[in-house]
Amino acid sequence: MRVLVIEDDQETAAFLKRALKESGHIAEHAADGEAGLDLAKANAYDVLIVDRMLPKLDGLGVIRALRTDEIHTPALILSALGEVDDRVKGLRAGGDDYLTKPYAFSELLARIEVLARRTSPEEGSTRLSVGDLVLDRLSHKVTRAGEAVLLQPREFRLLEYLMKHAGQVVTRTMLLENVWDYHFDPQTNVIDVHISRLRSKIDKNFEQPLLHTVRGAGYTIRDSAH
Amino acid sequence: MTALTKLFRTTTFRLSLTYFAFFSAAAIVAIVYLYWNTTVLLSGQLNQTIEAELTGLAEQYRAGGRDQLVRIVAQRSRTPGNSLYLVADRNEKQLAGNLSAVSPQLWDSVGPVEFFYSRPAPGGMEQRLAFANVFRLPGGDRLIVGRDIEDRRELSRLIRSTMLWGLGVMALVGIGGGYWVSRRLLARVDDLSATTRTIMAGDLSRRLPVSGSGDELDRLAESLNSMLARIEQLMAGMREVSDNIAHDLKTPLNRLRNRVEEALREPSDERAYRGALERTIEEADGLMKTFNALLSIARLEAGAGGDDRDNLDLSALVSDAAELYEPVAEERGIALKLELANAVPIRGNRQLLGQAIANLIDNALKYGLVPTAQANGHASEVVIQTSTRDGLAEISVSDRGPGVPESERERVLSRFVRLEASRSEPGSGLGLSLVAAVARLHGGTVRLEDNDPGLRVVFSLPLENDARGTAAVESPPSGGELRPT
Repeated sequence: MRVLVIEDDQETAAFLKRALKESGHIAEHAADGEAGLDLAKANAYDVLIVDRMLPKLDGLGVIRALRTDEIHTPALILSALGEVDDRVKGLRAGGDDYLTKPYAFSELLARIEVLARRTSPEEGSTRLSVGDLVLDRLSHKVTRAGEAVLLQPREFRLLEYLMKHAGQVVTRTMLLENVWDYHFDPQTNVIDVHISRLRSKIDKNFEQPLLHTVRGAGYTIRDSAH
Repeated sequence: MTALTKLFRTTTFRLSLTYFAFFSAAAIVAIVYLYWNTTVLLSGQLNQTIEAELTGLAEQYRAGGRDQLVRIVAQRSRTPGNSLYLVADRNEKQLAGNLSAVSPQLWDSVGPVEFFYSRPAPGGMEQRLAFANVFRLPGGDRLIVGRDIEDRRELSRLIRSTMLWGLGVMALVGIGGGYWVSRRLLARVDDLSATTRTIMAGDLSRRLPVSGSGDELDRLAESLNSMLARIEQLMAGMREVSDNIAHDLKTPLNRLRNRVEEALREPSDERAYRGALERTIEEADGLMKTFNALLSIARLEAGAGGDDRDNLDLSALVSDAAELYEPVAEERGIALKLELANAVPIRGNRQLLGQAIANLIDNALKYGLVPTAQANGHASEVVIQTSTRDGLAEISVSDRGPGVPESERERVLSRFVRLEASRSEPGSGLGLSLVAAVARLHGGTVRLEDNDPGLRVVFSLPLENDARGTAAVESPPSGGELRPT
């Protein structure tokens, strides 16, 4: 995945570049808004990581200029908590995303991977499948190896979100935001309990587990046999 | 001198000075007009009388010659009054009349004239003012007919002096009154500014003096006093926050530093280093959470998120949050029961209210376990109710835990306060203060009550106005176990 980091703080930028490379991505860096805009226009990136406050042209300005030029590379805005306003929140509606500082790199990585593959063919399909697990979005039915799995509505939505992003790491915050529409941090790790319930329903009597915990990051659903 | 210039600068003094100037100008105009009109009227009458008499005497002269005129004038001169007469021949020799010692210039003048003449008075002669008409008779003789107008002069002098005195007294009373009123006002303003200066110097507990008369200065002082009370409260809050940050963040920071130091000091293998680093990240994440929670509370108290409001159903919010926590409750062996009113319309920020409700449930699940010593038959349960009462929407979260002693209840709502007994539980101690901040932002309150045994937290918000008519009818709670949707 080719990533452009537009960030004026040299140390943060160097850290992000290094960490992205270690995760197997190609990262390039621009130190201000204008340079970032030029690079984003000239090259095809899979995703942009843009700091909210930038010299010359601020992060939202960069995204606006790109969209005016019909360049729809998904972007993740990094913003301080105090700077999250309606315009930043509006990014999610527009297919982009934001993350408040300070953040964990694992959270950032999970989000850009989901952002970059947002336009996957799975998105619009009515039937999702991972291994022998099948979820029908129309009839709201789930089967594993042909056997029906009974889920509560919220469990269904949780599984649906995980399967939509099969093979990708999904963080607890992303689940809380997308499944429960809660944009805050519940003090207890409530998500873990929901996941373990779901796991007991889909993985319990099968040799091959599909729902995996990724330490220090979140969860992923994948068919490890392949 | 500075006190005097300060006095001159006061609004009251300037106002009274301006009023005084306008009033005296009006008074002067009125008096001058009156005086002038009276004078014109009197002079006109005088002129007419003299003119008529003169014509009459001239006719006598034409009919009977100088002798008859002299006779009549002599006769008239003898009648007492203010009339003055004089007949003289061409050599200015006096033939008859009661005017004597006339100045030579008078003979040359023709028509109405004012002049002084002498008249015997008790204790010698006196100079008096007269008004007369000089008439030349055909034979070269002169006839003077006039009136003594000394009394009139006296009258106008009286009017003038009255006016001057009047204005003088007015000026004295006006300026003096203005000075007195301004001094009183200035003294109170000086009092206020002196107090303000001590407050600015750092003594926030001082209050502005209120005289008790309920006037505009009192009203101003009262509003400023309530502002000061609020500022003092905020300052106290800030001080408490910084004390608490120092106290509660120092511990984990210290722990983090010690751990890193220890890992560096002791020669160990990669696995040990990795373990130390992982724990360091955990600790840093915890610190970040605490910082974010603090920042959120600070932003809430500054009013952030206050305008981002929707019409919401409080019961729906509660059932959503309860659904999120239901597996946690089950895992801990606590029965989570919902008793929700059908529809509780409110207006608020969904995220903030959701977080507040989540915190309330989280708290009840953390601290609501029945203490093992008193567990005789009681099961741990958390009951969440929503209801409407007197224009208020209420959520109450009740547990059967150890509760909070009455003396501690107020304190628990402030930042970082965790009762000693709960120090072992994870948490920043910011949960309830965030709940309180959310309630304040929505114009509501949080109170802690005794659930006997246990703790009940009641979170109340104003009901949405449009729906008050229907919602004021108390909706019976629809009871039942939680059914995850």
